[in-house]
Amino acid sequence: MIHYFVGDLGHLFVIVSFVTSLVAAFAYWKARTITDVGVKQAWINNARIAFYAHTFAVIGVFVALFYIIYNHYFEYHYAYSHSSRHLPAHYMVSCFWEGQEGSFLLWIFWQALIGVVIIHTQKKWEAPVMVVFALVQAFLASMILGIVIPFADLKIGSSPFILLRDALNDPIFKIQPNFIPADGSGLNPLLQNYWMVIHPPTLFLGFALTIVPFAFCIAGLWERKYSEWIKPALPWTLLGGAILGLGILMGGYWAYETLNFGGYWNWDPVENAVYVPWLILIASIHTMIVYKNNQTALKTSIILVISVFILILYSTFLTRSGILGDASVHSFTDLGLSGQLLIYLLFFTIAAVVLAIVRWKEIPSSEKEVSIYSREFWIFLGATTLCLMGFQVIIPTSIPVYNSIVGLFGGTSNLAPPADQVAFYSKFQLWFGVAIALLSGTAQFFWYKRIDKSKLKKELLPTVLISLVVFALIISIAGISIPSYLVLTLAGVYIIVSNLKVLWSVFKIKPSLSGGALAHIGIGIALIGIMFSAGYSSVVSLNNTGMLISTELSTEFNRDNLLLFINEPRSMAGYDIEFLGERFEAKNKSGYVKKNDVLLTPDPYQVVAKQDIFYKDKMLYAKKDTFEIYPENTYYEIELRKGDEVEAVLYPRVQINEAMGGFIASPDINRGAVRDLYTHVSAPMNREAEVEWSDLEEVKVKPGEQFFVNDYVAVLEDVKRIDEIQGVTLRADDVAVQANVSVKGERDTYYADPIFLIKDKTQVGRISSEINDLGVKITLLNIHPETNEFTLGLNARQKDWVIIKALEKPFINLLWLGTGILIIGFSIAMVRRFKTA
Amino acid sequence: MKKSHILAIVVIAAAIGIIIATAGDASTYVNFSQAYEMASTGNNTSIHVVGQLKKDPSGHVIGVKNSSDNLSFSFLLVDDKGEEQKVFYNEPMPPDFTRSENVVVIGGFQENNFVANKILLKCPSKYQEQSVNAGI
Repeated sequence: MIHYFVGDLGHLFVIVSFVTSLVAAFAYWKARTITDVGVKQAWINNARIAFYAHTFAVIGVFVALFYIIYNHYFEYHYAYSHSSRHLPAHYMVSCFWEGQEGSFLLWIFWQALIGVVIIHTQKKWEAPVMVVFALVQAFLASMILGIVIPFADLKIGSSPFILLRDALNDPIFKIQPNFIPADGSGLNPLLQNYWMVIHPPTLFLGFALTIVPFAFCIAGLWERKYSEWIKPALPWTLLGGAILGLGILMGGYWAYETLNFGGYWNWDPVENAVYVPWLILIASIHTMIVYKNNQTALKTSIILVISVFILILYSTFLTRSGILGDASVHSFTDLGLSGQLLIYLLFFTIAAVVLAIVRWKEIPSSEKEVSIYSREFWIFLGATTLCLMGFQVIIPTSIPVYNSIVGLFGGTSNLAPPADQVAFYSKFQLWFGVAIALLSGTAQFFWYKRIDKSKLKKELLPTVLISLVVFALIISIAGISIPSYLVLTLAGVYIIVSNLKVLWSVFKIKPSLSGGALAHIGIGIALIGIMFSAGYSSVVSLNNTGMLISTELSTEFNRDNLLLFINEPRSMAGYDIEFLGERFEAKNKSGYVKKNDVLLTPDPYQVVAKQDIFYKDKMLYAKKDTFEIYPENTYYEIELRKGDEVEAVLYPRVQINEAMGGFIASPDINRGAVRDLYTHVSAPMNREAEVEWSDLEEVKVKPGEQFFVNDYVAVLEDVKRIDEIQGVTLRADDVAVQANVSVKGERDTYYADPIFLIKDKTQVGRISSEINDLGVKITLLNIHPETNEFTLGLNARQKDWVIIKALEKPFINLLWLGTGILIIGFSIAMVRRFKTA
Repeated sequence: MKKSHILAIVVIAAAIGIIIATAGDASTYVNFSQAYEMASTGNNTSIHVVGQLKKDPSGHVIGVKNSSDNLSFSFLLVDDKGEEQKVFYNEPMPPDFTRSENVVVIGGFQENNFVANKILLKCPSKYQEQSVNAGI
C-alpha cells in the first residue's frame, strides 16, 4: 500500500515554507520602509509570524522525510535510492544528506534557526537583515519545491517527496502501478561512516552562518549605517569561520579514513569550492578587526563579506549543477537545477554589487596612511595574502566554467584542469602558507603597542633566535632537506614562537584575549603537520626495482602496489608485510572473524561458527553459535612487522556493492604518535570468476593417517555418520557420512568436512569442502568398509592473494592537533566578541 | 606614491601572475591523434583524453589485458573521433573498470603507446538508479 499522506503532507510543508518565506521577506521589506512606528510594528509582527510559520514548515518537511526513510516507505524515490532495510538507524540520518534535496533542506533548516536567533537578539537590525534572510530562504526552498508550472512546462525545484514510479521510467510501473520494492538500494557505503553523520550538518551550518555577516553588511549599506553593522556581524563571522573550518576538517578526516587516494586533501573541485570561501571569510574577519581598532579597511571589509557569501553560492553552483563533469572524480547527479542555481547566484551577486556601487561614495574611508610599524598594516597584508591564496585556487577550479561560457558563445574551449592537481596547487599554496606564517608571526609584535624601528629589533631578536634553535632541532632530528620544506618549517616555527610569546603576555593580563594568539599557533602546528605528512609520506609497499609493464613499452615503472599471497611475507621498506586472510566483521561484537571459521547460511546476514572463534585472545563465539555479520564487507588482515616486532595489524576493507558500481575499498590506519601506517586494498581476488582447479588427485587413507595436499600436511581425523545436512534432516533410509580432515597451514590448522551421501539407496552425492585460505578442495570420493579406508579427492588452486598499497605518514597528528587548537582559538575570540557585541 | 598604491600594484601583479601560471599549467582535452602529434613534436605535458572502452557488437568490453602479476593492465579506448588506442596503466585494474561508460585518461604518448598516469571512471548509473530491481 502506498502511503500517500505523509508524502503529500511533506510536499505541502515545502510549499508552505516557500510561500511563508516570501511573505516574511515582503513584510520585513514593508517594515523597513515605513516610518510610522505603529504600522511598522504591525508589519514586523506579521513578518515574524510568517518567519515562524516558515521555520515550523521546514521542521515539518524534515520530520516527514525522516518518517519516510525511517519506516522504509520504498514507494518514495528518496527512501528507495538512499536507504535500505539493513541500514542501522544511526546511518539513516546520513540518508538525508546523500541526496541533493536533503542537503538543501539541511541548509534551509540551519538558516531558519539562525534567523530565529537573529529576530530575538537584534531588534534594531531585524527588518533589513531579515529581508535578506527570508529571500535566501525563498531561493533555497524553491530548490526542493518540485512543482511544474502548467503552461510554460517549467519545473521548479526537485521535491524529495516524489514517488518512485514518477521518478523512474521502469516498465514495471506500467504493469503494476502500485508496485513497491521490498528493499531500497541502500546508502552509499562510503557514507556509512561516523564522520558522515556529523560532517554535512557541520559544513552546512558553516554555509548557513556566512549569511549573517552578508545580511548585516547589506542592511548596513541599505540603512546607511556603514560602520555600525560590523559590531554585531563580527562574532557571527568568527563562529562561521570556526564551524566552516571544522566542517572542512571533518571532511578531510573522513576522506583520509574512508577514501583510498592516500590523504586528507586532494585539491578536488569539491574541496576547493569550500576552501576558497573559508579563506576569504578568514580574511574578512581580519579586516573587520582592523576596522574596529583603527577605522580603516571598511570598504575592504564590505567587499570581502559580500565575496564570501557569493563564493558560497558559486561553490553551490559548481558542485550541484553538473558543470564540473569530467573535471572531478566525484559523481554529481544533475537534478536539472542548473538554471535555478544560476538565477540564485546572479540575483544576490547583482543585488549586492549594485547596492555597494550605489552607496560607494557615501562609505566613509580614512585618508590617513597606515604606518609599517602598526599592527593593522601587517594584518591587512595578511588578509591580502589570504585573498590571493583563494584566488589562486578558484581560477583553475573554474576551468570547466570558462569552457561552458566559451561554448555558450559558439566557440570551443578544450581547457582541462592541471593534470597533477596535488602538485600544481601545492607548489603555490606552500609559498602562500609561508607568507601567511611570516606576516602573522610579525604582526604579533605590534599586538598591544606601537613599536618603532629601534625597539622592533630588540623585540624581534629573541623570537628569531628561539625559532632558529627550534628549527635546527627539528631538521636535525627529522632530516628535512628539500629547500621549500625547510622554509615552510622555519615559517611554521616562527609563527608558533612569536604567538607563544604573545599568548604568554596576554594570558597574564586577560585570558579571554588569547583567542587570536592560540588560533595562529594552531595554524603554525598544522602547517608543520601538513609539511611532514604530505611531503614525507612514503609508500611502504614501493617496489623500486623498476619493471617493464609490457614488452611493448621500454620504460620501466616503479610499482606502488604489492601482490601478496596468503601467509607469504614480503619485505619492503624495512617492513615485513604479510597477508593473513579474509575476515568478516561481527555485527554485535567488536572483532573480526575468519571467513574459514564460519559456515554461510541461506540468510546472508547470518553465519554459524565452525569452531570456537577468537579475536585477540578473546572468545567471541562458541562452536555452532549463529551470529550476525555484514556480508558485503570483507576485511583483509595485513600484518606489518619490523624484525620480529609486530608494528601493526591492519584490516583494510573491500565492499562489494552492485548498486554502487561494484567495488569500494577503504583503508585501515594504524595511528601512532609520530606516524600513521595506512593500508588499502588496490585489487582483491575476484571470487566470481572461474576458478582454475588442478586435476583431481586421489589418496586412499585410514583415519589418523597423514597425507599431503597442495604441499600442506593433512590428517584424516575421523569419519562419522550424520543425520542432517545444513539443517535438512535426512530420511531413515538415507546414509550420510562426514569426514573430518585437518590441514596444517603456515599459521593455523584448518578443517575440511566433505560429505558422502547415499540417497534412496542408489543415488550417490558428494559435497566437497573448500579451505579458501589454502586453496584446497577435498572431496570424499569413496568408502571402503572392508579395509576401513577412505578415498579422498584433492584439488588445489592458486593460493588466495590481494594487492595492497601501504603508506607511512609521519607526524600527521600535528595537523589534527593544530586545527584543533585553531578551532579553540576561534571559539575564545568568538565568545569575547559575542559578549561585547 | 602611497603605500596602499604600491600594495595595489603588487596585488594586481600577483593576480596576473597567477592567471598566467594557471594558463601555463592547465591541461587540455584532446583526441588521440592530437595527443600523438604533441608527443612527436616533443611536447610531453600531460593531456586529458575522454573516450569509451572498446566493445564487441554484443556490448562486451574487449581488449582489457591484465599483466601477469595483476599489478598493471592495458585496455583499448575509443576517443570521440572513433580512433582506437591501447592505453597502459601502471596500477591494478579497478574491479568496476569494465562497467564504466566513460573513461578519462590523463597522461601522454610514449613510443606509440599511451601511458596513463591517472584514469577517471564515470559510471553514470553509480549514484542514480535507472530502473528498479524488482527481484528483491
